[in-house]
Amino acid sequence: MADNSTAIKTKNHESYLDYKGKHSGLLGWILSTDHKRIAILYLVVISAWFLIGVVIGFLIRLELLTPGGTIVGAQTYNAFFTVHGIIMLFLFVIPGIPAIFGNFFLPIMIGAKDVAFPRLNLLTWYLYVIGGAFVIIAIFLPGGAPDSGWTFYIPYSIRTSTNMIITLSATFILGFSSILTGLNFIVTIHRMRAPGMGWFKMPLFPWALYATGWIQVIVTPIIGITLLLVIVERVFGVGLFDPSLGGDPILYQHLFWIYSHPAVYIMAVPAMGVITEIITVYSHRTIFGYKAIAYSSLAIALLGSLVWGHHMFSSGMSDTANFVFSLLTFLVAIPSAIKVFNWTATLYKGSIELEPPMLYALAFIFLFTIGGLTGIMQGTLSLDIHLTDTTFIVGHFHYIIFGTAGFGLFGGLYHWFPKMFGRTYNKKLAKVGFWILFTGFNILYFPMFVMGWLGMPRRSYDYLPEYQSYQVISTVGSWILILGLILIVYSFIKALRSGERTTEKNYCGGETLEWKVETPPIHENFYEIPIVTGGPYEYKQNELEPEGVN
Amino acid sequence: MEDKEEQSLNNHSYSAYIITWLALITLTAITVAVAGIDFGNAIIVIALIIASIKTYLVLTIFMHLKLENNTLKVFIIIAIFFLIVTFALLFSDYSNY
Amino acid sequence: MSLEENTAVHLHKDDKASKLGMWLFLLTELTLFGGLFLMYAVYRFTHQAEFHIAAKSLNTFIGTLNTSILLTSSLTMALSITAIRKGNKNLSLSFQGITIFFGLLFLLNKYFEWSHEINIGNFPGSESLLSKSQGEILFYGLYYVMTGLHALHVIIGMIVIAVMMRFTMKNIINRNDNFKLEAAGLYWHLVDIIWIFLFPLFYLIS
Repeated sequence: MADNSTAIKTKNHESYLDYKGKHSGLLGWILSTDHKRIAILYLVVISAWFLIGVVIGFLIRLELLTPGGTIVGAQTYNAFFTVHGIIMLFLFVIPGIPAIFGNFFLPIMIGAKDVAFPRLNLLTWYLYVIGGAFVIIAIFLPGGAPDSGWTFYIPYSIRTSTNMIITLSATFILGFSSILTGLNFIVTIHRMRAPGMGWFKMPLFPWALYATGWIQVIVTPIIGITLLLVIVERVFGVGLFDPSLGGDPILYQHLFWIYSHPAVYIMAVPAMGVITEIITVYSHRTIFGYKAIAYSSLAIALLGSLVWGHHMFSSGMSDTANFVFSLLTFLVAIPSAIKVFNWTATLYKGSIELEPPMLYALAFIFLFTIGGLTGIMQGTLSLDIHLTDTTFIVGHFHYIIFGTAGFGLFGGLYHWFPKMFGRTYNKKLAKVGFWILFTGFNILYFPMFVMGWLGMPRRSYDYLPEYQSYQVISTVGSWILILGLILIVYSFIKALRSGERTTEKNYCGGETLEWKVETPPIHENFYEIPIVTGGPYEYKQNELEPEGVN
Repeated sequence: MEDKEEQSLNNHSYSAYIITWLALITLTAITVAVAGIDFGNAIIVIALIIASIKTYLVLTIFMHLKLENNTLKVFIIIAIFFLIVTFALLFSDYSNY
Repeated sequence: MSLEENTAVHLHKDDKASKLGMWLFLLTELTLFGGLFLMYAVYRFTHQAEFHIAAKSLNTFIGTLNTSILLTSSLTMALSITAIRKGNKNLSLSFQGITIFFGLLFLLNKYFEWSHEINIGNFPGSESLLSKSQGEILFYGLYYVMTGLHALHVIIGMIVIAVMMRFTMKNIINRNDNFKLEAAGLYWHLVDIIWIFLFPLFYLIS
């Protein structure tokens, strides 16, 4: 990718971390409309929520160590899995990669100074924080923490006396934040690409964000209105979903999953984008099947929006609907598999460097494949009857969601950390952390497949003694996983505090535009807006040395 | 692109809007009048067709969509396509009620 | 997109980006109401006869009147943009004012309509409504939620247009720079479109 001079030099050459705008100190951050600073704001708050979610997850596993009550009662357990779900989904994985890496790198990768609507961008962060505050209020207000499960199924979510209204409002606000982020990215990609950067010269991470943006914009309003209606029904007693007023609880499930299934792709597709970047960089090889990966992102967005019914196979849908949704579910496997094959083909004959980000990328492929194949099992009507509401499902979606969004996030963070903060991290520590996390992950979630196959129900606080051996293995796995997470968090904190400073622009031999800007990037990213002439991944095959940096 | 903006200045004269408005009011009158006749279940189809024509007029003329570039048109088609497909899939559950 | 088309991209102000953003926002409004229309479709399909009975109490005349009011307000909104583009500031201001006035008129009618329903006991949770069939309860549930949410949008639209009037007075919106007014207009027309569908679905099925 060659860039020549075009525009006038920007005034400020300071790194975005030192840049002084209208405000200084903390205000200079929380009032900044710089996309990079907003990304860091998101990173801080999202990490905090993630750690809270992890603690609750740890408590859930601890409770399941023995049959019957171990550390908490049944009602608290219900609150645990509800709050764990709400935090991990709405406050961690859904905003996760788009809000952090999307904000930070989308403008840089397409050669822009910022996103299309910087102030709107900051607003999304505030909405996110307010939504999070609502969740905290819902947990601690006297009525009791929400206990309906993160799916808020009718009629229980109308009847329960816990703090449902605030929880639903929190989700509504978070949805708003997500929509505006998606909207902003779509417009940014349409309008802000550097001169010469055609659609097919755009790196694949922006492509993934583009597909994600569309899912966010089109389907999120549906859950917004649905949850709003549950609030209206609770407050005013309007007959909408409540079966005692003639409502149809199955219709609620339809509307809920019309958003919440595509939401899985809001989590997964950006992570796939991150992984694509990592794989091509650390195998020093041009990505295999660029267009196939770009189109498959769009195909996943499209097909993923049409398969929500597979969450309801045992809810009593018509046979026609069961058949149609099962068929469509199998179809989503096609674009997903296209991606996996293209990643593997990129690795083939590449000069692979097993750096920490690459380890996460490879683990991503492994975990995503297991999660995906078990997903196909559940898409099969006859099997799903057996597997519905067992821990098999729990295992499946943790492999998919944690395995993609979580590993994609850690991988991306190691990949881009020196670029974002201008400091290097301890690679050995990062690798040890990875292996412990990966081992713990599989020990934690794999027994859930076995237990579930044998009939262990999910969301159950008590269980029959014959499941205990699996539960114990799983709980021990959670301890290992958390040990890994502690090491990972420690590696980042240590790098931030005492990591060696670096200003090397291209420390990993990447070819996309973020490797051509300063480390850390200057206030408006580029001294002059680049003119793009080549494609995003022009490695000479099997090249060992990183290409020259200008 | 600049040409189109020039056009939008000239094309959307007061009279074009007033004609559109007359058409919209006429269509409203038609849909009310037709509702009085007993067409059975076809009535909903007729009502929705008339509403769609009205929407088309508002979109293309009042909202200047006629003069916009294709990107915007594709955006709108995506949203409408999504709603129609969702409707169809939803009714795959309710069709044999 | 060609190279030339992209060159205007990094200018400080990009109306085309704003327009794309505005339309995307309108699409989110569309799918927001879309969720409600999906609900309406399902409940109407499963409770056809009861919906017909329930709709009898709604006044077709008020509904038709309100439809005409909103359509006319859309006209005045569109005219106000043409006026400002022709440099006719005062005419544009009066058209914007008339649009707000029509919005008020619409809400006033809505108010009479809702009070009428509430007076005869057709409101959520009332005993007379609860004694009716489930289909009728659902019809009124949807009626209040959908027209209520629509009325909320009318109110927001009126506030936005009022702000636009202030911008026009201060010449922030002028002959050459009038995207803000256009965006407000787009929003107002979308509210109109939603009513175009609400009207036959609630008032013309008895």
